[in-house]
Amino acid sequence: MVYENPDGVKIGLEIHVQLNKLNTKLFCGCSTDYHNAEPNTHVCPVCLGLPGSLPVLNRKAVEFALKVGLALNCDIVEQTQFHRKNYYYPDLPKGFQTTQYDFPIAGHGKVIIDGEDGERIIRITRAHMEEDPGKLMHMGSIEKSKGTLINYNRSGMTLIEIVTEPDMRSPKEARRFLDKLRSILEYLDVFNGDLEGAMRVDANVSVMGGDRVEVKNISSHKGVEKAALYEIMRQKNFIRRGDKVVMETRHFDEARGVTLSMRTKEEEHDYRYFPEPDLVPMRVADWVPGVQKTLPELPDAKRDRFMREYRIADMHAKALTSDIKVADFYEHVALRVCPGAAAVWVADILKGELNYRDIGVHAFKVEDMIEIIELVIGNKITERSGVEIIRTILDNGGTPKTIVKEKGLIKVEEDIIIKAVTETLEENPEALQDYLDGKEKSLNFLVGQVMKKTAGRSDAKTTRKMLLERINKLPQK
Amino acid sequence: MSGWANISQVKEKITQGSAEDITTSYLKRIKKSKINAYTTVWEGAAEKAREIDEQGHNGSLAGIPIAIKDNISTKGISTTCSSKILQGYVPPYDAHVIERLKDAGAIILGKTNMDEFAMGTSTESSCYGPTLNPWDMERVSGGSSGGSAAAVAAGEAPIALGSDTGGSVRCPAAFCGVVGLKPTYGTISRYGLISYASSLEQIGPLATCVADIAALMDVIGGYDARDSTSVKTETVYKDALVDNVSDLKIGVPAEYFGAGIDPAVESAVWDAIQLFEELGASWEQVSLPHTPYALAACYIIAMSEASSNLARFDGTRYGYRKEGENWHVMASRTRAEGFGAEVKRRILLGTYALSAGYHDKYYLKALRVRTLVKRDFDLALKEFDCLMTPTMPVPAFKLGEKVDDPLALYLADVNTVPINLAGVPSISLPCGYTDGLPIGLQIIGKHFDEATVLRAAYSFEQNTEHHTRRPVEVV
Repeated sequence: MVYENPDGVKIGLEIHVQLNKLNTKLFCGCSTDYHNAEPNTHVCPVCLGLPGSLPVLNRKAVEFALKVGLALNCDIVEQTQFHRKNYYYPDLPKGFQTTQYDFPIAGHGKVIIDGEDGERIIRITRAHMEEDPGKLMHMGSIEKSKGTLINYNRSGMTLIEIVTEPDMRSPKEARRFLDKLRSILEYLDVFNGDLEGAMRVDANVSVMGGDRVEVKNISSHKGVEKAALYEIMRQKNFIRRGDKVVMETRHFDEARGVTLSMRTKEEEHDYRYFPEPDLVPMRVADWVPGVQKTLPELPDAKRDRFMREYRIADMHAKALTSDIKVADFYEHVALRVCPGAAAVWVADILKGELNYRDIGVHAFKVEDMIEIIELVIGNKITERSGVEIIRTILDNGGTPKTIVKEKGLIKVEEDIIIKAVTETLEENPEALQDYLDGKEKSLNFLVGQVMKKTAGRSDAKTTRKMLLERINKLPQK
Repeated sequence: MSGWANISQVKEKITQGSAEDITTSYLKRIKKSKINAYTTVWEGAAEKAREIDEQGHNGSLAGIPIAIKDNISTKGISTTCSSKILQGYVPPYDAHVIERLKDAGAIILGKTNMDEFAMGTSTESSCYGPTLNPWDMERVSGGSSGGSAAAVAAGEAPIALGSDTGGSVRCPAAFCGVVGLKPTYGTISRYGLISYASSLEQIGPLATCVADIAALMDVIGGYDARDSTSVKTETVYKDALVDNVSDLKIGVPAEYFGAGIDPAVESAVWDAIQLFEELGASWEQVSLPHTPYALAACYIIAMSEASSNLARFDGTRYGYRKEGENWHVMASRTRAEGFGAEVKRRILLGTYALSAGYHDKYYLKALRVRTLVKRDFDLALKEFDCLMTPTMPVPAFKLGEKVDDPLALYLADVNTVPINLAGVPSISLPCGYTDGLPIGLQIIGKHFDEATVLRAAYSFEQNTEHHTRRPVEVV
């Protein structure tokens, strides 16, 4: 099946990623651990842009950026070169942003995603380093605000801006790309996507060969999908009415799910880029082989290995490797119990329960998962009980052992079931007769009655088997 | 006491009396002064001196008072760049050089007047009014470090720090008859120096003699990790103070004796070169062919960088603020009222030079010229140990004489700006007088070869009396 892309949708993304796993900011020694801190406490003369302060490039930040560049299959520049992007805004304490311009640290890369019709290559135009500005807090809505407060804790955080070619043909592909990117970044251990403001996206959307419209500063993957859907609809309506889409910048109102015009191309800034005279170039070409060696196994490679090593299905392997934490969890489980069963339990059941509660895999112990799977495989408990144990642990805590005990989940001994079967047949002679007369449904009724007597502790399959055995042994009337 | 004293004389007085006495006498002198050298006098100076007395004078500059140009950040002491826009700004941190000075036991007397944001050649663009030349109070003190040079010349401080972006240490040194050094780019950390043109400027010492310049360099020079353009050097500047130029090969660039040069300046400089010859040095004429383009290139680069460096002064975080109905109006009004005419002119020209469509024509072309000018120096200094020129083509001009003619003012920098483009070290020292006004000799050296420059200057000083002459008017 080939995806036709009937509306000629082209989406390109510009993603600002905060390399928030760094300990210090891009150009100063301030701590990056500001998310729960009082405003303006993680600042110094450098990130406040005080007169006379000078930037010093964080080597670790460059190393992180190189990791990202290499993981996105990019070429790496010979030496770092920073430029000043000049514009006035209160969150920008120097009146310019130190960024990279014609020599981005990485470029010409690619990422493979699950597209509309199978694997699709999204080309990476470039990835460049820059500093994050501070954060404005409007007192009330942006239009009616009485005043604005500025928090410079974020000022000087390391960003890497990743720019793609317009290779995505649907909002779904855009979202898939972002999911994949986040997955890669977390594999690299340079990024924590859970932190506020960790990833901000600008989406360039065009339809039917028209001009592109840029939707600025979208803060979630879902938001990007929604904004792109809205834009496609808006632009199609525009064209249908005989109008021409003009190049402009729009803002996404997440609450209302619409995009609103910010400025047209004529109003674009002239940023007067020029080389940052306060930083000297840092030669990084020689670092590349070393950094390459430190790169971890990335999602695609891990997926292939899981399929090969654990003989699990592509679907399971994908589900298990999209999040590094889930992948690690699975591997720990798969080393101790049957990898196939482990894949089902982790990918299908545990992940579902975690998603439902919106919590991460860290909330569940590997040991507990192993114990549950062993109990099920050992035929000690039913699958349903296994699920119940997972739910109980997630909701109320406890261990599989105590929960099994408290809830009496251990499968009853066969003789208890046999006893229940005997009782059931004695108590329901009509149903038994109906079955013997050919009414298959009556057997289901009997199975239900047995299970009721054992309080659901024996599973339907076993119960059915044992009932039939007993019926077959009955003297024919 | 009389104000004029060099470091060793002040040290002697400290041993006889105390650092507190010395500091107090300087403060008194500053208070009586008519030349407007200081923008801020530090009220804690005498107490600090007493502390040094109590601690027993440790450090190479223990108890030595010093004046600091008002664009070098001093923790707890107002730092305004002589601009209205920085009124009320008190830095929460010390510049690297200030940390070093404090460690060495120096006493900060106060902050000195300058052209606003170091943009000028006469200290007339200061929001505090001009600093008068101690030799003739109707004349300018030079700029932009006019306050520092005049303070030293008038005995209001034995030593001072200035900054030099296109001649801002050497010009006032020449006009005020003191010694001033612009070190090699990267020798002294710029951390805490409020930037005007980052790629051109260096902090530089001013003093009454070459030995004091070396003493200051030994304190403030050296690597600082907070300035990425800072370079590790091993120079011990004091070791350069040797009275011997017998092996010295001097280049004399013809381009620096061009049209507009005052005949008295020209002959004083030739006299100096002749003296070097008598002391055993040799000299030859040399050509620096790209000199005519250096001035324009330097100003384009300086203004471009300034347009960006000065963008942070928007009234949001510190300094002067003029309220408005929204942030953009507030920032615009703050800048309109806070900056003086010359600063605005340079910000506008720099903004223009970096604008789309003009960037290649001005900024990039200026960078190319810079490379050529640098190559001129590299070639000339391969052949010669140092170059000698007049620092300024003319002696100090009259107050107000050029204030309405910015181009004439820029032209006065013609002999100093190429040095900043090349990044090489250069010193100005007194080499004569005309109508009672000092004349400066400029000695230019190789990158990081301050030693040769200092040796030449020291030898000259040892064999002449020019540096011992004092202005009488301000006594």
